[in-house]
Amino acid sequence: MNGASTLFKKEVLRFWKVSFQTVAAPVLTAVMYLLVFGHTLEDHVKVYDTVGYTQFLIPGLVMMSVLQNAFANSSSSLIQSKITGNLVFLLLTPLSPLAWFVAYVGAAVVRGLAVGVGVLLVTAWFAPPGLDNLLWVLAFTVLGAGLMGTLGLIAGLWAEKFDQLAAFQNFIIMPMTFLSGVFYSVQSLPGFWQGISHLNPFFYMIDGFRRGFFGVSDVSPWLSLGVVSVSFVVVSGVALALLRRGYKIRH
Amino acid sequence: MPSPTSSPPAISFQNVKKTYRGGQVRALDGVSFDIHCGEFFGLLGPNGAGKTTLISVLAGLARATEGRVRVMGHDVVDDYAAARKALGVVPQELVFDPFFSVRETLRIQSGYFGVQNNDAWIDELLENLGLADKAHANMRQLSGGMKRRVLVAQALVHRPPVIVLDEPTAGVDVELRQTLWQFIARLNKQGHTVLLTTHYLEEAEALCQRIAMLKAGRIVALDRTSQLLAGTASTMLRFKTDAALPPDIAERARVTGRIVQVTAHDAAEVEATLAGLRKVGVPVEDLEIGRADLEDVFLEIMNGASA
Repeated sequence: MNGASTLFKKEVLRFWKVSFQTVAAPVLTAVMYLLVFGHTLEDHVKVYDTVGYTQFLIPGLVMMSVLQNAFANSSSSLIQSKITGNLVFLLLTPLSPLAWFVAYVGAAVVRGLAVGVGVLLVTAWFAPPGLDNLLWVLAFTVLGAGLMGTLGLIAGLWAEKFDQLAAFQNFIIMPMTFLSGVFYSVQSLPGFWQGISHLNPFFYMIDGFRRGFFGVSDVSPWLSLGVVSVSFVVVSGVALALLRRGYKIRH
Repeated sequence: MPSPTSSPPAISFQNVKKTYRGGQVRALDGVSFDIHCGEFFGLLGPNGAGKTTLISVLAGLARATEGRVRVMGHDVVDDYAAARKALGVVPQELVFDPFFSVRETLRIQSGYFGVQNNDAWIDELLENLGLADKAHANMRQLSGGMKRRVLVAQALVHRPPVIVLDEPTAGVDVELRQTLWQFIARLNKQGHTVLLTTHYLEEAEALCQRIAMLKAGRIVALDRTSQLLAGTASTMLRFKTDAALPPDIAERARVTGRIVQVTAHDAAEVEATLAGLRKVGVPVEDLEIGRADLEDVFLEIMNGASA
């Protein structure tokens, strides 16, 4: 897996060289959400008895940043290489479909973690969320970022223009992360919308992740782990099949 | 022509067909030929003949609809890793990754092939391609010619035994052409097999031992360069004129401004051509009679071959 580790390092280096845009900017965005929503809603919204709203908000914001940035990393790297044509350097190599998968998704997880840690460090300063179980936190971060990095890989292979990728990001990824219970507990929703939320796999990533901080969650963390793991396996299977076929990259 | 050695061919195309859009477009229509180890081989053809498609199938950038391609005995589909390790491809498009410097680009490309700690060879490539002082420059800062040199270095970074150059000198200055050909010719002498596609026929004539000509997805000529030059019209009549040519001569003449070139198979044909010009009173200046070059052969074959 020598070649795969080179591609992984290259992908990490690629976003790290522009970390102002790929890491610092999303941290700033998350902090602004915290300042605005935390300030306006702290005294009006009660989620769990023992948890203040700002505290409640922090893990959600961290996870949302992890997910969105993991997706952005693999998808934007691929579409840029496709459009500028330098993907040919990779296509000419003996790297296997599995090597492509491991490298692109691995780098997406690293980007997600880097942004997540950044958001946590800055926001925790406002209202430390505490820590109930580190294992839940780590499991949901890595699985969630992996799932989103894989989705980004699929979107990057599928999209032929930046426009199509932006549509995928703005009309699918953004609403699903936003409406997954980052800013509220889905238990506060009317029954119908609660049901809809439970169909959103992003809900389980956020809920399970939050469990690791507060020890309370809307659904069992085991259920969340199951949903996220199965989603990851299914999406990975699709990504590997597309890579094997050379979908939209080998003609 | 019999193979000079008994080893497997460096590249083997067997009845390669490639169709697009459900068979509507036929880019390759049953191409078969072998390139022997150590050969300097030219692949010529007009735009759209299928040269780049054939190279793409060879390099794994495209998949053949039918047929097999092998590199050093390795099938490019079933045994793609071994086939690609044996190939160094210089792509036609001037592409680069703007995130990295020249040295980073080469180290990364080397790593993809599983070759670590390759700096000695990378230095040698930089030196030979006149890039030594650009090693730390970002790819974005390089001129077009310099970027082209990096493409060549990238193709060679894993020391492939078979080198494929897809129109490497299109739009490149004379200095780079010289540097590039000296270097490639040296690698060929050391035993590397070279497959070259080019629009510059004099390059192919000077460098290639054998040449295949491709037209509309088919091989229309395949022979030693010397045989190709000997086998078709061998004499070239060249003169300048401002007058209109008689139609029978005009249709086989190559006209560049006021320079006219007409091929002839023998002395009698030369005489007949001159007589034809005299009869209609075309004034002829600076008349020369010389040997036909590859370009004449190329035009003759392309005009003669039915699509």
